[in-house]
Amino acid sequence: MNFIPVILWSDALVFLLIAACIVATVYVRKREHLLLPWRRVAQSSMAMVSLLVLSLFLLVGLLDTLHFRVALPQTNNGEKVYSPEVLSVFDKVVEPLRTHTEKTYSSPFALTLYAKESITDAQGNIVREYPRLRFGGAHLADEVARDVDVMKRAATGALMGALVGGLVAWVVRRRFAQTAVFVTILVASIIIGAVANLATAYHVLGTDKVGQDVLYLSLKSIRTGLIIGTVTTLVTLPLALFLGVAAGYFRGWVDDVIQYVYTVLSSIPSVLLIAAAVLMMQVTIDTHPEWFTTSASRADLRLVFLCLILGMTSWTGLCRLLRGETLKLREMEYIQAAQSFGVSSMRILTRHIMPNVMHIILIALVMDFSGLVLAEAVLSYVGVGVDPSMISFGTMINGARLEMGREPMVWWALASAFSFMLVLVLAANLFADAVRDAFDPRLNRTETK
Amino acid sequence: MIAYLIRRILYAIPILIGVNLLTFALFFVVNTPDDMVRMQLGVKRVTPEAIEKWKQQRGYDKPLLINSAATGTNTLTDTIFWQKSASMFVFDFGYSDDGRSIGREISTRMGPSLAIALPTFLVGLFVYVSFALLMTLFRATALDIVGVALCVVLMSISGLFYIIGGQFLISKLWHLVPISGYAGGADSLKFVVLPIVVGIIGGIGSSSRWYRTIFLEEIGKDYVRTARAKGLSELRVLFTHVLKNAMIPILTGVVVVIPLLFMGSLLTESFFGIPGLGSYTIDAINAQDFSVVRAMVFLGSVLYIVGLILTDVSYTVVDPRVRLQ
Repeated sequence: MNFIPVILWSDALVFLLIAACIVATVYVRKREHLLLPWRRVAQSSMAMVSLLVLSLFLLVGLLDTLHFRVALPQTNNGEKVYSPEVLSVFDKVVEPLRTHTEKTYSSPFALTLYAKESITDAQGNIVREYPRLRFGGAHLADEVARDVDVMKRAATGALMGALVGGLVAWVVRRRFAQTAVFVTILVASIIIGAVANLATAYHVLGTDKVGQDVLYLSLKSIRTGLIIGTVTTLVTLPLALFLGVAAGYFRGWVDDVIQYVYTVLSSIPSVLLIAAAVLMMQVTIDTHPEWFTTSASRADLRLVFLCLILGMTSWTGLCRLLRGETLKLREMEYIQAAQSFGVSSMRILTRHIMPNVMHIILIALVMDFSGLVLAEAVLSYVGVGVDPSMISFGTMINGARLEMGREPMVWWALASAFSFMLVLVLAANLFADAVRDAFDPRLNRTETK
Repeated sequence: MIAYLIRRILYAIPILIGVNLLTFALFFVVNTPDDMVRMQLGVKRVTPEAIEKWKQQRGYDKPLLINSAATGTNTLTDTIFWQKSASMFVFDFGYSDDGRSIGREISTRMGPSLAIALPTFLVGLFVYVSFALLMTLFRATALDIVGVALCVVLMSISGLFYIIGGQFLISKLWHLVPISGYAGGADSLKFVVLPIVVGIIGGIGSSSRWYRTIFLEEIGKDYVRTARAKGLSELRVLFTHVLKNAMIPILTGVVVVIPLLFMGSLLTESFFGIPGLGSYTIDAINAQDFSVVRAMVFLGSVLYIVGLILTDVSYTVVDPRVRLQ
């Protein structure tokens, strides 16, 4: 083996999350009454289209979660030495994007760098010229041939994409009835095909300050956004669930204590609490460099801590909702019947109360997601977000923001980060709306299928 | 009502003590003052003397909770907890790392913060409610669907985009107002317009959609049907009946943020260079000035609790049935 798998903390949490999803799916599939709201979600074409878009993002994020370290050629007394750089399967898939780095900024599809440099020409004279890129359009002789070449590559890519997309649509035609889904599959695969074909020869979205491909950065940012959006709720879910249900069910002093705790936490403006906690975490990480073997594990631990901190400030809302719902549920006849049969409190909580508050948890989970993705960008700008070495929408925006004043403007990094974020958040919002509509018992439905 | 208010204020005290203990634990127990100094002075090449001097200058050289070296009440008062945390109860915030009085900074920076936050809040509320009423009036028509779709798209866009986009479009391309900065008096107008407009546009998506849901919930109730049966016009129903009855859910979300307006907005102020409390906080975070962050956390929670009490009081104003006991 010339590589060693690496499981970072956030990877482990993602795997845990996937395992939980699989268990939940298996459980729900066997029970018709739990399946019913999901059927309603599946009937909405808006939900299916946004789910499709989300799953593309998820695919990138998952591939980017399988990390490994490559073995170096030299050995240390027969023992293998591994590179300190942590790569992911996704990095391998898009290897050319990752390795084709230029010197500095270049605009999308450019053949030359953004700034002039002194170059010695064939006659030995030094001229100020825009130097050619090392990789972007390196196969072309001059600028004139570029547009035709771009068109040609885009067309072949789109055609390939359309073929694959058509095949996929044909395979899944029985599963999904909506035309919108097929259109989305086709459009998405055409775009992916065209971009993939172009990306091998050009920097489709340009390059950033240190010459990294912006498309690569945008795709890498997806994982950070997804982790912030999902892991945050996951890590604090047990806390909110346990405390909220306990407060509502036991009432009395338990309720008083739990209410006190969440009033204290929610009375601090969340940005300030996050800032305070992140500052403290930074000091702890900085004073314990011995904890980390690679810089990736350090950045990763910071990400996990950020999720924890974000979760700590946001669980109070969910806890309050769960408490209210439990207060209502515990007066229901079936709970009172269980109590009079002498069923233990623990059993009532797990068998009768928790299944009946699950819809609240699910709605909170999907509704929080988009807000958290947006919050990451803001927090990274404020300086209390992810590690500066970690690729995320926030760090991309932060880096590109300073170049606004340049003439001509360096707009592509900002535009890419914002567009990727918009698509992700918009899809998440639309999906969340559909899930809420399907699960919210307050909406009275006449159709029961 | 007076008795209720007194009880609420008394109830706020244990919460503030909790906030105080939490910040104390965060800032002094998780990391010792020594860690903070090393952070400030840099990890390498720092002598123990330098650390001691830094701590002494800023009063961090005392024991955390109990000073066994002192006598009498000084065992409790001559400690970090008493001087740095407990003193905040009388709004004595101490000094920032660069030696300025935090209390003084707060009082001078409150003005610019309010100059941005208050108009954003008032005009914003008016715009959001009007937009939501418009959507409610044309509910289930194409106008409503387009409006909701617009809201969802607007709320999916990062707040940073509105700020950066606004600065680029209005200041850089059209040269209407300066990109950033602030001036006192009448000059401030040209500096505050852009932040206010950006702030309002940034909130339009989620707020209008939220108000629309509230109005739609009201409009399905029986009294609305009765009002229509009396022959009132739809506009009249909307403005005199629905709007009034929707006040309670609206106030729940709105009144609580009024006191927090004093704190300003972190993002807006730092992007537009407004010398308010928001940019003060951001600068403190970037400079890792813990005493300022600590003070702002405490101030923020005090204002939040004031907001909660104000919310309860506002209920009695809009709904005579609510009695505070």
